[in-house]
Amino acid sequence: MGRPKIARKSTSIDMTAMCDVAFLLLSFFILTTKFKPSEAVPINTPTSVANKIAPENNILMISLNKDGKAFLSFGDSKNDRDKKMDMIKYINDNHSLGLTDNEVAALIKAPFIGVPIAQLKQQAGLQMQGKELTGENSPGIPCQDTANNQMIEWIRAAVDAYKGEKMNLILKGDNVAKYPVFKNILTAFKKNDQFKFQMVTNPVSVPSGTELYKLNLSGKPEE
Amino acid sequence: MAEMDTSGGGHHKKGPGVKKGKKLSTRVDLTPMVDLGFLLITFFIFTTTMSQPTAMRLALPDDKVKPEDQNKIKQSGALTLLLGKDNHVFYYEGELLPDASNFKSTNFKDIRDVIINKKQQADTNLVVVIKPNDESNYKNFIDILDEMSINVVKRYAVVDISPVEEDLIKRTEGGQ
Repeated sequence: MGRPKIARKSTSIDMTAMCDVAFLLLSFFILTTKFKPSEAVPINTPTSVANKIAPENNILMISLNKDGKAFLSFGDSKNDRDKKMDMIKYINDNHSLGLTDNEVAALIKAPFIGVPIAQLKQQAGLQMQGKELTGENSPGIPCQDTANNQMIEWIRAAVDAYKGEKMNLILKGDNVAKYPVFKNILTAFKKNDQFKFQMVTNPVSVPSGTELYKLNLSGKPEE
Repeated sequence: MAEMDTSGGGHHKKGPGVKKGKKLSTRVDLTPMVDLGFLLITFFIFTTTMSQPTAMRLALPDDKVKPEDQNKIKQSGALTLLLGKDNHVFYYEGELLPDASNFKSTNFKDIRDVIINKKQQADTNLVVVIKPNDESNYKNFIDILDEMSINVVKRYAVVDISPVEEDLIKRTEGGQ
């Protein structure tokens, strides 16, 4: 009886399948990834258990940075840009700033609006010279005191631009921003009959054992 | 290691007398490609942002409503939360007593128990009145609104702080 032949097994593995999976994953991540737009105004948002995703279109975002400066920014879609133009033109007409078409275009390109209305022409000028504006070197839209709350003007312009359409008012505040500025922005909303708005937060899970936790577990739809 | 088998069967031996033509291997070493693939995957995994920011909804009351049309809250179900500086929270139940004996100090960790207790006690009458003072910050405000949704408090209001309360906060903070 001869010895049974032991088949000599090759130690090399066929990597084709693994390669396939790797590239499938790779294409998935490439397609789903969305790079964070570099923020001119860095803001650390507080956390909340809210689970609704912040909208991205038809938005008017008011950012409140850590020094209590307020900035206006807009969405990226074409409609958002059109509305931004309408708003700037509205402000231009009402305050007779005398902005040229080029200056308006420069302001639309700007990542945010963060100067008092009277200085819009200057910001447009700086923008055209290619100077990068940041939260640090901009004074912000004045809304620190009730006497000179220019946010009211801007919201009015937005209401005018979004006439008949749904506008998403979004407030993005920094953890350490003081409450009075926030209150003045609320006043600006109220003065223009805008009673609903949303605040951007970072999601956290609901603490276990609390009432909302039990409500979520029971599967009842929220509100 | 990583190669594609393209030789098509095991005809290695062509029999005696057949001249072996020099055969170029069609196998490609896939190892570097796989390496690169995984490198890119790791990169995209780390840079991708899965958690999108969420939004908290808030509806404001209309200030123009005449005072007589506004709802009066029952004092038995009222819980007033005052937000001060350095994450201090003060609260009192019902009406503030003239000697301020029901004015208590707490913090964001313990405020949940206060709300839960009050909720059990007051049941449907519960109204939470939130009064942030000028030194509180935005995070405090969001945190307290978050507590409202965590504890499923349906009725709450944000009200301006009164000078008496402001004074009490100042005194309590000064004493600590």
